[in-house]
Amino acid sequence: MTESSAAFVRRDMLPPQAPPATQAGVLKWLRENLFSSPLNAVLTLAGAYVVWWLVAHSYPWLSHSVWNAGSLSECRAIIAERWGADATGACWAVIKERWHQYIFGFYPPELYWRPISVFLLLFVALAPVLFSAVPRVLLVFTVVYPFLATWLLWGGSPWIEVMILVGFVLGWAAFRIASRYGSLLAVSVALAVPALWWVFAAGPMDRALEQAIRLAIEKVASDKFGGFLLAVTIGVGGIAMSLPLGILLALGRRSDMFLIKALSVGFIEFIRGVPLITLLFVASLLLNYFLPPGTNFDIILRVEILVTLFAAAYIAEVVRGGLAALPRGQYEAADSLGLDYWKAQRLIILPQALKISIPGIVSTFIGMFKDTTLVVFVGLFDPLKGISDFVRADFNWKGIYWEPYIFVGCIFFLFNFSMSRYSMYLENKLKRDHR
Amino acid sequence: MHMVTVSDAPEPGFRLSQLIYDTRYRSLTIQVVVFMLFVASTAWLVDNTVRNLSAMGKDFNFGFLWNRAGYDIGQMLIPYSNDSTHARAMLVGLLNTLLVSALGCIAATIIGVFVGVLRLSKNWLVGRLMTVYVEVFRNVPLLLWILIVYAIFTEVMPAPNAYRIDPATGEAAMSALLFDSIAPTNRYTAIPSIRFDRPLGSLDLGWITLSGTFLGFVAAVAAGVWANSVVRRRAVAVQNATGVRPTTWWKSVLLLTVPAVVVLVATGFHLNLPTLKGFNFTGGTNVSNSLVVLWLALTLYTGAFIAEIVRAGILAVSRGQTEAAYALGLRPGRTMSLVILPQALRVIVPPLISQFLNLTKNSSLAIAVGYMDLRGTLGGITLNQTGRELEAILLMMLIYLAISLIISGLMNIYNNSVKLKER
Amino acid sequence: MKKSVFLGTLTMAGLAAGLVSAGTLDDVKARGELNCGVNTGLVGFAAPDANGNWTGFDVAICKAVAAAVLGDASKVKYVPTTGQTRFTALASGEVDVLARNSTWTYSRDTDLKLDFVGVNYYDGQGFMVRKDLGVSSAKELEGATVCIQTGTTTELNLADFFKANNMSYQPIAIDTNAEGEQQYLAGACDAYTTDISGLAATRAAFADPENHIILPEVVSKEPLGPAVRHGDNQWGDIVMWTLNALVAAEEYGVTSANIDELSKGTENPEINRLLGTEGDLGAMVGLDKDWAKRAIKAGGNYGEIFAATIGEQTPIGLARGLNAQWTQGGLLYAPPFR
Repeated sequence: MTESSAAFVRRDMLPPQAPPATQAGVLKWLRENLFSSPLNAVLTLAGAYVVWWLVAHSYPWLSHSVWNAGSLSECRAIIAERWGADATGACWAVIKERWHQYIFGFYPPELYWRPISVFLLLFVALAPVLFSAVPRVLLVFTVVYPFLATWLLWGGSPWIEVMILVGFVLGWAAFRIASRYGSLLAVSVALAVPALWWVFAAGPMDRALEQAIRLAIEKVASDKFGGFLLAVTIGVGGIAMSLPLGILLALGRRSDMFLIKALSVGFIEFIRGVPLITLLFVASLLLNYFLPPGTNFDIILRVEILVTLFAAAYIAEVVRGGLAALPRGQYEAADSLGLDYWKAQRLIILPQALKISIPGIVSTFIGMFKDTTLVVFVGLFDPLKGISDFVRADFNWKGIYWEPYIFVGCIFFLFNFSMSRYSMYLENKLKRDHR
Repeated sequence: MHMVTVSDAPEPGFRLSQLIYDTRYRSLTIQVVVFMLFVASTAWLVDNTVRNLSAMGKDFNFGFLWNRAGYDIGQMLIPYSNDSTHARAMLVGLLNTLLVSALGCIAATIIGVFVGVLRLSKNWLVGRLMTVYVEVFRNVPLLLWILIVYAIFTEVMPAPNAYRIDPATGEAAMSALLFDSIAPTNRYTAIPSIRFDRPLGSLDLGWITLSGTFLGFVAAVAAGVWANSVVRRRAVAVQNATGVRPTTWWKSVLLLTVPAVVVLVATGFHLNLPTLKGFNFTGGTNVSNSLVVLWLALTLYTGAFIAEIVRAGILAVSRGQTEAAYALGLRPGRTMSLVILPQALRVIVPPLISQFLNLTKNSSLAIAVGYMDLRGTLGGITLNQTGRELEAILLMMLIYLAISLIISGLMNIYNNSVKLKER
Repeated sequence: MKKSVFLGTLTMAGLAAGLVSAGTLDDVKARGELNCGVNTGLVGFAAPDANGNWTGFDVAICKAVAAAVLGDASKVKYVPTTGQTRFTALASGEVDVLARNSTWTYSRDTDLKLDFVGVNYYDGQGFMVRKDLGVSSAKELEGATVCIQTGTTTELNLADFFKANNMSYQPIAIDTNAEGEQQYLAGACDAYTTDISGLAATRAAFADPENHIILPEVVSKEPLGPAVRHGDNQWGDIVMWTLNALVAAEEYGVTSANIDELSKGTENPEINRLLGTEGDLGAMVGLDKDWAKRAIKAGGNYGEIFAATIGEQTPIGLARGLNAQWTQGGLLYAPPFR
């Protein structure tokens, strides 16, 4: 067969035909994802109606936003002037004027750098805990951070914090030295040395150092704390302080010793069985009953104590989950190496258990952070209701409701959403590590 | 009689150091030490409390519960007036807590299941919408949702006056929904009340008076459910014996409905529609907005968490189960109800219990909307008027603790019954 | 705060014995600061301004006491208290004086172990309704929905009033004054009840105050005054006489403007004793001679404080009424300074 004998020979391939309209592009996507069955079509239409309804009701209000005004009535006048007498609009001017109170409460404005740097340093302190790529040396900073933060936030002389820190360092050193002569001796020395230091030496040393080297910065009283500064202080402080107690409770709950187990279970179940708000009332109304007559410290510290106990019970359950998830072989391996209980926990069990508990701890923190809004019921200025009520007590801003709620809600959402995403990422990563 | 005694290895004398170094005794030593520390710190706390109380000239006494309360409560399930005692007010509050918690748990479960299933749907729009709902509600404090729903109810709903027929135009600004039966207003939602023309009397238990009609109704329904279970059991027996299952659905329908309907007809049941009279609606039941708001906010908030639990539960059932069910020729609906859900339930129930507990505890946020729950009565006005903070708060914590323990106890029983039977 | 954190920690650990408190006066002097319990925010009486500085009628009492005791009206730590926490805050020693528009009642004075040292505002509970409701007397409120703040004496008064008049009502409990306003304005309640001063303050802030009326009935007596712990009479005397000094100063015409002039000595021996130019009244309560002078200089006399915080020139616009001097037909009557 020669080429010329054929009337027509196709030398190249036909270009592929475009698929039928229903099988391509937007239409295909629509069919597959929105209208794959009658039920789905109904659901889609219902969903679209909900979206339309939400947009139709919020868009006019949001589009009529006013950012520059001195009072709510001024806002309303501007909205009426620009968009007609019947128009409603958002008055974000209140946020523009009062944002600093939502963030810092009544903290002196010239000292805002202090809470800001404390907040930024928090990430430096957390980095070695959260990311394994960060050099281990930074862990020292993680240990120092709580004391640094306390000093920066409340001001005054730093020597008190230094003295407390020195107590811990002394205790640790004593433990290391004494552990050569037996673990019981080591534990008792590790408890006794810091106690003696704090009671007898810390006070005079503090005064002496304060005389010698003056490092005092301006004091800020607790009643100046408010807004997100208060929420973050209570939330982060509560979780950080509750970790040691929570770990002990978790170990106690898994202990073979009946009494230890009973006490741990009793404490955990009691705390988890009552609402946080009743514990806050204990902080505000009852704590002074339980302490020696005449003891008095301010409400933020009392709330912090109860929040710590509250968080400890939840952390204990998270850590218990981590301990339970460890394969039995790890415990047996530790036993077979001849490690005693504390060494086994410290060197083998806890490092692994805590690592897999981090997502749970982050979730507990998110819960805690949301719950810090409840402190308004004991007279503190939380960002949601305390500060908003205070702003509304001003004649200029009486009757403003939605804007503060939306503003505060957005900040809470940003914080918590990013933390929960991080915790999910971590969970996935840890899952891979174990397989 | 002579017995051969086997002597033990020579007993070394007990040394004091064994208490610490011998693992046989060490745990005992530690427990004794911990016990002593525990007793000492408890004694310290109690001693402080006693000394503080005496310094203030107060005593520890629950007698105030039997004094006249003197205040009124807006929403109550049992008769109460300002002449009743503080204990009665506490009971009213407790019942209100239980009411909003129970309603919230039911509604949150329904919402959670729907959203959890829809989130897995292949429908792009619906899936996204549900994700947005879950994330937005989970990541913002509950208090904000309560305040927002409260604001919506006060700002958007009409006042009862709006339902009044204007004499000039002959029309009302608002008309009630569902054949004039439900009228949402900015103070309450007026719904029809249930009335009986021939009530069955009542049973007085001293504390609570139980309505005879209610008891009769419950008894009739219970009898129907029992008879139904008998019928079904018999059907299963027949099926096991012959392989053919007798049709039972019409028997079930009859057994479940007829007794209840008979009781309702016999007692002359009818709905009383709310009508506007004076300032407010009367005739029906006015469900106060504080209850509706709290219920709605708790439901939406907890529903988001339950949705995640349901989704995780369904995802936890391996794909092979669905495929195996299809291979057996089961229809998708039956696959869901017979294969997937029973297995998912085992994963779902434990975290669901803790969500129910959270919802119950969160109901104490009623303080934000003025709903008179346990915290509002015992831990609120009673505490304030009597100045008995120690007694009131301890009692309140104990009651919440008891509620929590009872719920988790009941749920654990249920959980054990659906647990995978390992053989 | 820091010292107390540290001490508190030690105490918690049981390492330090309880700190037995001396008299409140010594405590305050040692601390260099007066802890004053105030409202969490009630415009005119106690509310922080845009910069977080507390102002108001009750706050002025705190300032006067701080000025008398510590010599500096700014040495006050304001502890915001809710209706629930206020008395416990006082009883537990968290605050030294409670100036939070609290009603002086028998049971509070005796059973709650407080001492009310005087009255700084004579108030009464009333009702506010919308004008278009067509109600002119509280007796016509049969079946009405009433918004009421929880944790106050008003709940009991309300129950008593409706009971005495054989009427029914539907209470809507609210948590704060701000919420009460929101509910009332939205029409969630027919009437809003609280102290008449509070009603006036609330109404003043409305966009349309003319459409709301305060009903003529005053259903209770609400003498509001500062309170101290029971049992420390010296401290109680200081607060009581600081308040009396402010009232007396108005009666004698001593103002913050002319006080320096008058303290050089006047014809009136009462003024001389009050301002410490004659005799030494301060020593009798453990203070120096100029205590009353400093207290009056802090914010002016009673009349000046009233006018600056809640008087007719302010947005709250309260008339003196019962709170005028006895010479003007009011109830203010300071015992003589001698």
